[in-house]
Parts: sequence; structure tokens; C-alpha cells
Amino acid sequence: MSTAPAVQHAHEREKQEPILEVRGLTIGWGDVVLQRDLTFHVRRGEVFAILGRSGSGKSTMVRFLVGLETPIAGDVRIAGQDPAVMAAGLPPFGVMFQGGALFGSMTVGENVALPLHEHTDLPPNAAAAIARAKLALVGLEGAFDKLPSELSGGMKKRAAIARALALDPELVFLDEPSAGLDPITAAGIDDLIKTLNRSLGVTCVVVTHELDSIFAIADRCIVLDDQGRGIVAEGDPMSLRQSTDPLVRDFFTRRSRST
Amino acid sequence: MTAATTPSRAAEGEPSGERSFTIARAGSVVRLSGVFRTKDAAAAWRELHDTVENVGESAVTIDLSGAERIDGGVLALIVAARAELVSKGIAAEITSIPEHLKPLVELYGGLSERPRPPARERARGVIATIGEEAVRAAAGLRRAVAFIGDLALGVRELIRRPRLGHWKEVPTLVHRAGTDAIPIVVTISFLVGFVMGYQSARQLERFGANVYVADLVAIAMTRELGPLMTAIIVAGRSGAAFAAEIATMKVSDEIDALRTMGLPPIVWLVVPRLVALVIVMPLLVLVADVVGVIGGLVVAAVSLDVSPSAYLLEIRRTLEPWDVQQGLIKSVPFAITIVLIACQKGFAAAGGAESVGQRTTSTVVTNLFALVVLDALFTLTFRLMGK
Repeated sequence: MSTAPAVQHAHEREKQEPILEVRGLTIGWGDVVLQRDLTFHVRRGEVFAILGRSGSGKSTMVRFLVGLETPIAGDVRIAGQDPAVMAAGLPPFGVMFQGGALFGSMTVGENVALPLHEHTDLPPNAAAAIARAKLALVGLEGAFDKLPSELSGGMKKRAAIARALALDPELVFLDEPSAGLDPITAAGIDDLIKTLNRSLGVTCVVVTHELDSIFAIADRCIVLDDQGRGIVAEGDPMSLRQSTDPLVRDFFTRRSRST
Repeated sequence: MTAATTPSRAAEGEPSGERSFTIARAGSVVRLSGVFRTKDAAAAWRELHDTVENVGESAVTIDLSGAERIDGGVLALIVAARAELVSKGIAAEITSIPEHLKPLVELYGGLSERPRPPARERARGVIATIGEEAVRAAAGLRRAVAFIGDLALGVRELIRRPRLGHWKEVPTLVHRAGTDAIPIVVTISFLVGFVMGYQSARQLERFGANVYVADLVAIAMTRELGPLMTAIIVAGRSGAAFAAEIATMKVSDEIDALRTMGLPPIVWLVVPRLVALVIVMPLLVLVADVVGVIGGLVVAAVSLDVSPSAYLLEIRRTLEPWDVQQGLIKSVPFAITIVLIACQKGFAAAGGAESVGQRTTSTVVTNLFALVVLDALFTLTFRLMGK
């Protein structure tokens, strides 16, 4: 594994160094620019929320942050490395996609064990044991032998979080972890994220538009402009609530209809 | 869009089928009165259109004072009619709106200063269509070339680190693409051999050359029809399955999930399928060859009075190893073509279920075309080689 020494090296660095650094990032394809000139960083151990209205390119931005897409300009560093060149190695981060993106042809247990099988020499029963433990961590002990199609929306998201955590990454990206869930299930996911962050020390980058989640979990957040002009505000949720920027105020004061 | 909030009143107990509204024009005033229901929208639209179409005035007023109730759908049409008038340079306005209809009219944009005319389908000329298709074809070709490039890079990576491959999947794929295909390959090859023997029987009988049915069936089967029919079956079964599988994974972000786990999707998904089909195809072709010959044997015995032993003896006399080898050699490029086309189409999927269907259809069509062309090229090449 060619990236392993680099990851270790990153571990030895100072804790204060940001785990995710984004400089002058412009995202989009060809002539279509979604957001321009994004500059921010995420510190180790925090829960960082990316906010914005629907269509502002939050989820797309995650695809650029993890190296799935090539940015128009600017660069991204995760633990000091360009995520795009990590493609074939073991990435030091996990991703939970909006719809879960669990492999439909494998059981939930196999889904979680897959990264372990592919990136370690663990015997199958040991990988399965780890997968079971990860599933227990997200409250899905009983789902090991189920197929993703047998899970509810909330369970799929939990299983996807378990898979993202399979290799104990320092950083996980969570795309809309509580969107489309009922308020109680959504709060359960928020609790889970908080627990992972507090007890495992996992840095979380969360894309969301749920106000309840933001106040429940986020240490810091950025708000994306809905016209693609980049970041309109940055800070902790409480201070953003007092913001004078009309877009930010709108976002924070219009309570969601569910509450 | 909050178009769903149309305030709908309980339906009045009027007999259905009866006109519940009137549209009348007096000079520059179009008066709408009565109850406009969405189920009558077509009639209302026609009438409204006829009424406003030939107005000579430079300004038109749509007067709603007599309207008791207007369903959202009809109101949208009224607003659209107004917008159309405005786009023709006629100052049109909706006026005298009853108090209870005002919020609805506003919601549908009937009060806006500059109404947007309804978007029209732009008629596209033949040349523009040809041009667009050409651009699309070029983009498709570029994607195909890029895919082959990616695959080459992936294979290089795989040679350096063989454990990256998803080798575990190969036996399953061999089973699915090979073992499961045997019944259909057997049935079709038997029938092809049978039909071919049967059709030639009459001609051969005329010359008393009955026994040559064996030569005919055996050579055609091993050289051409065995490999081609097998390839067509495999393209229809496994090619379509591969494309649909990969397209579904693409559409549901599973491909991206693989990438974020550091598993290159091309290596992970394409290489096992390539390996599986390259193993399976020659074996299926052998099965097809044997069964096709048996099909001919049955015809020979039943309607040509050629005994099975005479038939087999004749085959032994004429059939050369090269006849069979030629079919087997062809089957490998056939397998590669099927996998590459299916996987490339699968990876090109984007959007939703519709795209999966499109890609699958396109995979089968492209594969059939490619296989027949490839087969013709091989026949030509072997002939030029003098074999």
C-alpha cells in the first residue's frame, strides 16, 4: 500500500493542522460553474457543516472534495494530500453518499466488510467480526445478513455510515445524513454523528439543510451562496444566526416546516 | 412551485356534460363567466383561443367579473392566453377579478406586468438534427476511446498490484454467463443445424449428393454459425446484463462509492467480466458446434436417408481442425467486444431508470452490429490468408 506511510506521516503532524484544506476551489464542468473561489479548512476533530439551499451545489462539492471530479480551479488537500491521486490506494477518509450507495448485490455485512477485504489481509471471519462491530456501532446489529433493498431509508444511511467507518478513517464525509427521514429517525442519526465524533474522534464533514441537525451537531459551518458566488458566511451556528447577511438570516430564521 | 395549493370548493351539483361557463367577446373585452373546471379545460381553451385569436384591437381586457369558480388548470390557460396576446404586442390584462379568486390569479402569475409567453417547442430542421446527431456520435466515440484508455491504465495498475482485482467474482460470472447459457445455446444451435440441413436437403437430393449435407452443416456451423450465434446469444444475455448492472450502479452512486474506497471501478468491474467471457465463449462455441452438427445429423437420418454413421464418417473425412480452430479464435475477440461495449455503455449511464433502459438497449444493438461486422472481417481475413 503506497499511501500507508503518507497517512502515518500525517498522523505524526501537529494536531492543529487542518485535516481538510480547500483553497480557491471552483467547481463545475466546462463552462458551467456551480460555485467559485471556495476557501476554507476543517480542523481535526470537529463537525463541520456545509449549508446551502437546494441546488447550491453542496452535494456536488463533496464529489470535488473527495476527488471524484476534477475542479476547474483551486486545490483540495486531505491530510496534506491531493485526494485525486489517492484514487487507487487506501483513502484516509470515508464517504456516505446521499442515497447510501450500498452495493445492491451484496448483503449489508458484505458491504461493510468490502473495504476490509480489499485493503487488508484479514481472514474473512475477522473482517466479518469487524463489520459486525461497525454495524453495532450504528445500531444495526441485526442487519448483517440483510440485503440493502430490505432496509428502510434511515437504516440504509446507518449502514452506509458503517461502511464509511470500516477502515477507521480520520475523516468522514456525510452527504445529507438526515434528509428525507422523519424527525425522530433524523435526530437518531444526529446523535450517532455526535457519538462518532465525541467518542471516536472522527472528523465529520456534513452536508445538510436541516436546521435542527446544524444546531445539534455542527461546531462550525459554511453557507454556500445559491447564485454560485461561493461562501457567504462561515462560523459556528449560533453566531451565524445573528448574521446580518440576508441570505444567511433567511436560512437560519425560517424554521423548517417539520418543527 | 406550489401549484398544488389550488383552493378547490366542493363540486356544485350541476349535471355533468352541461356547459357551466361562457366566454363572450364584445369589442376589446373578453368576458369569462360561470364555473371553469379542469375537466372542461379543453373546451375552455379552444373557445378562449377562438375568441382572442383574431382580435383586431391593440388592447384586450379579460374580464373575470362573472366567474364563480376557476380551477387552477383553466386559470393557467387563461394566463397563458394573455401572455400570448402580450407577446403579439397586444396589451392584455386580466381585470375585475372577484375577491375570492384574486389569490389564485396572483399565484398563477396572472397579474404580472411582463407575462412570459408560453415556451414553444422549437422546430428543428433536418440539417440541425443531423448536426446534433453527428456531435453526439463524436462525443460517444470520444467516450469509447477514453474508456479503452482507462481500461489500459487499469490493467497496467492491475499487473503491478494483482490483488486489486475482484477475482472472486469470476467464478460467479462464469456460471452466470456460461453454465446458465448452455440450454439456450444448445436449443438454438440444434435448430440452426437442423434448419440448415433441412433447407439444403432438397437441393442435394436432386443431385443424389445426400451425404454432403454433413459437409455443409459441419463447415458452416464450425466456421461461421457456431461462433456467431453463440456470440449473439451471449451479447443478448450477458452483454445486456452487464450493461444494466453497471448502469444501475452508476445511477445509484455505487460506482462513486467504489472509487472513494480506493477500488478503481474499471478494474473492479470490467476485468472480471472480461476474464469470465473470454473463458466462457470458446467453450460455448464448442458446445454450439457439436449440437449444430447433431441437428444436421437428425435431418440427414430422417429425411435424406443418410445413416448417422455415414454422416459422421463424411464429417471426419472433410472437417479439418482449422475449421473448428477458426471459430474458437473468433470467439475471443467476440467476447472482448461484448464486454467492452456493455461496460462502456453501462458506465456512460447518468440520470435515472430511463437511462439504464436506454443503455441496455443500445448495448444489445451496438453489439449485434459490431459482432456481425467483426465476423465478416474475420471471414475476409482468413480467406486472404488463404485458409
